Amino acid sequence: MMKSDIILAGVGGQGILSIAAAIGMAALEDNLFLKQAEVHGMSQRGGAVQSHLRLSNEDVASDLIPMGKADLILSVEPMEALRYVPWLSKDGWLVTNTASFVNISNYPDRETILGEIRKMPRHVTIDADKIAEEIGSSRSSNIVMLGAASRFIPLSVGNFHEGIRKIFGKKGEDIIKINIIAFEAGRTACEQYLDK
Amino acid sequence: MQKYLFLGDEAIAQAAIDAGLSGIYAYPGTPSTEIMEYVQSSGEAAEKSIHRQWSANEKTAMESALGMSYAGKRTMVCMKHVGLNVAADPFMNSAITGINGGLLVVVADDPSMHSSQNEQDSRYYGKFAMIPVLEPSNQQEAYDLVHYGFDLSEKHKVPVMLRITTRLSHSRSGVQSREKKNQNILNLPSDLKQFILLPAIARVRYKGLLNSQSAFIESSEKDGNNLFIPGSNRKLGIIACGLAYNYYLENKIASDLNYPVVKINQYPIPFELIQKIASTTDELLILEEGYPLVEESLRGFFDQPYTIHGRLDGFLPRDGELNPNIVATALKIAQPDFPNVPGIVASRPPAFCKGCSHADVYTSLNQALDLYSKGRVFSDIGCYTLGALAPFDSINSCVDMGASITMAKGASDAGLSPVVAVIGDSTFTHSGMTGLLDCVVESTPITIIISDNSTTGMTGGQKSSATGRIGEICKGIGVLPEHIVSVIPLKKNHEEMVKVIKNELEYNGVSVIIAERECIQTAARRHREIKVEPVKNK
Repeated sequence: MMKSDIILAGVGGQGILSIAAAIGMAALEDNLFLKQAEVHGMSQRGGAVQSHLRLSNEDVASDLIPMGKADLILSVEPMEALRYVPWLSKDGWLVTNTASFVNISNYPDRETILGEIRKMPRHVTIDADKIAEEIGSSRSSNIVMLGAASRFIPLSVGNFHEGIRKIFGKKGEDIIKINIIAFEAGRTACEQYLDK
Repeated sequence: MQKYLFLGDEAIAQAAIDAGLSGIYAYPGTPSTEIMEYVQSSGEAAEKSIHRQWSANEKTAMESALGMSYAGKRTMVCMKHVGLNVAADPFMNSAITGINGGLLVVVADDPSMHSSQNEQDSRYYGKFAMIPVLEPSNQQEAYDLVHYGFDLSEKHKVPVMLRITTRLSHSRSGVQSREKKNQNILNLPSDLKQFILLPAIARVRYKGLLNSQSAFIESSEKDGNNLFIPGSNRKLGIIACGLAYNYYLENKIASDLNYPVVKINQYPIPFELIQKIASTTDELLILEEGYPLVEESLRGFFDQPYTIHGRLDGFLPRDGELNPNIVATALKIAQPDFPNVPGIVASRPPAFCKGCSHADVYTSLNQALDLYSKGRVFSDIGCYTLGALAPFDSINSCVDMGASITMAKGASDAGLSPVVAVIGDSTFTHSGMTGLLDCVVESTPITIIISDNSTTGMTGGQKSSATGRIGEICKGIGVLPEHIVSVIPLKKNHEEMVKVIKNELEYNGVSVIIAERECIQTAARRHREIKVEPVKNK
């Protein structure tokens, strides 16, 4: 049985729903079953947001991932990645952006956060904001993170490209192209991180 | 027939379109908002001329839907759970009038209060009104139960409630659509006195509703929405309502459970099915999202003592949303120790967007009130409720739509002076106008700030019925024109705003300060759309 339970984490407005939609579309290419629980409403105003995304080749029961069962935490913000560690399975991966989103006065010290992340047995840290800037599309850092986490999601690169094409389709070919570049840059950065 | 990837809300919207909907009525409210939004953005709904404008509030929405049903058409009214409080009067009475065209009342509850001020369970309203209630467990059932619900409504000539919760509203999954139905033709009720609830008629209609109860129960028992699922382990029987069934299923698969189950998707409670499971199992565990409605009913049901577990005996928490882990604990499945969230992780509450006009309003209000003791600002439901949080700490109440003005009035009547009400534009036209009339009638000393961002902001920027009308409305209600003052909430206007607020605080009568600046989210969206326009036209 193939299943992939993913927690997407970030701050309202950082584009985690676009990541979820891209994975969802990529999964549909393989006719997988999926459930994806989103956060709408009050928390979207700069608050902590999360989405539970469950892919399987069999029917998915619960919309929420049970604690201790997530195969992947994909976070676009480092402190937000840590908020969901009770959901991570023993063999699960934590893949996070290292660029902080500081909109609270008691935001912890950056190095302390990264230290906690490094305590996780399986983790990847990427400066997605920097990579997105380098490729000339600072708004694509969420898709850089999708690229980085993609090797822990059992779907093909072609499917991910198709997913990106579908969710950005309305915005034109240029936007699709830059997001595919962002995806590939993230995937490469992850491989480099793991090689180190 | 088509395969879609739908939020629960979207599944309900598409199902209604496919089932021959002629009009949807709603006021935005998380987690129900996306139902109307889907219909508004549907090309098919436009082609079919389905009515799809927001209403001023849930009461006007419910009444409009009842009128459309009177005219023989299928109609749906959507709201969040607390919206049903606003619509409770027409809702309760619609059960007595009955319907003509199929009428579906969709209510989205918010257990755990993700975006709400309480977690009331709308199934009680369904029971209170004595109408059938449908409760899907997944997106496909949500789609299917809309079709069934319209048929059921027209079969029994009553409104039918469809109850969902946040988790289903905002969770996406695959949905298979069905064959599309045409809209009903315009067709008035055969008895033109059906909707006149004069006591003599109402008594007859009420007896009719009471007589229909056995037919509602029969539909619950026989129509296939409530299922008995046999199981070999008879130590425990599971009664799982709506979404809670998924959490049982999750544990059943993970821990290889095999208890008999009654899956409930329709009320009145199917007591025959419950007798069946009770007679073959030692104990019962009731899983339901929301209040212990089924559990309470069953505890008084059996002639002999019978062990029932649920929210009332501590097997499940008394409040809050269920999840797979909570249900696992109730099923006595041992849970490992999960890693803790590191102590350094700080909570990140929602906050005003950068550049939000409400923030400028509170900065000025705080300074204007500096001279006075704390505790005189009554606020309302919307983004501006975030003025309760640091660094503003500006407000002292948030209770229900419109309560800012009337609570401030009551405090003023008690002798508190000055008093301030802060209310948004959409909330003002939802339920603030009548309270303003109360103030005008008594010349209450009150300063009302209408923080007008020209949208319904907290729910994502829906059209506000108030836009462009607030000044005229206040004048029409009778506020003196010299005490209707407009300001533009910007940092550069801070000193002027402080002065205006101070002046009005000193006035011994009704003042309205309209602080108008467009929501920066909707403004940004508008600018993006303008930029994209030329490309679209190519």
